[in-house]
Amino acid sequence: MISVQQQDFNQQSEYERLRCQSSIGAIVTFTGLVRDINDGYSVSDLCLEHYPGMTEKSLMNIVEQAKSRWNIIASTVIHRVGQLSINDQIVFVGIASQHRGDAFAACEFIMDYLKTEAPFWKKETMESGESKWVDARESDHKTRSKWVM
Amino acid sequence: MITVLFFAKLSEQLGVKSLQVDWQQAQDVDQLFQYLTEYKKEWSVTLTSQPCLRAVNQEMVTNNIKLKAGDEVAFFPPVTGG
Repeated sequence: MISVQQQDFNQQSEYERLRCQSSIGAIVTFTGLVRDINDGYSVSDLCLEHYPGMTEKSLMNIVEQAKSRWNIIASTVIHRVGQLSINDQIVFVGIASQHRGDAFAACEFIMDYLKTEAPFWKKETMESGESKWVDARESDHKTRSKWVM
Repeated sequence: MITVLFFAKLSEQLGVKSLQVDWQQAQDVDQLFQYLTEYKKEWSVTLTSQPCLRAVNQEMVTNNIKLKAGDEVAFFPPVTGG
């Protein structure tokens, strides 16, 4: 399941949705939140812009790549867009597999690729009231490069 | 026509989210980019002074590729989701 949405998501319902088959032996989930400090300055809220259409395609493509590398029985990727506040949930990735190795790896792979390929952009509003587009991090590209076969 | 889209910081700096360009002016992505740098006086600096990713019909491209009428080409800064 892939969803790009404004509304919040519920961890428990997403987990229960993944727990759908008797062959599942492991579920790994990741949740990204809005942090109050970025690059040393205080953040008061966040606005997430995306490229409707391409975003969904890009997430689907990332999940397909993960499915071709690991045994995945069920998967969920939810990414929120629009106005978010400190501590709000931004992104959820959940992977159900037979074994934990596949679930851990696929979950991390999807997040690493999402960070560098899916067309989302964050604009932070600082406590001063000033707003600023977040710059991409070189470290995210380095992290992703470890998956290149 | 080619539909051109801009996102995030780039769209804010250029002051436009989308525009239509005659295919004659933009037969491939590089040619389209060149056309856009000359579209308005300040666009050249905005488009060339920062990293600018490209997508054709909603797929990221790194090489120059041929365009056809009806294509959707997007330009945007490196992504920062997650």
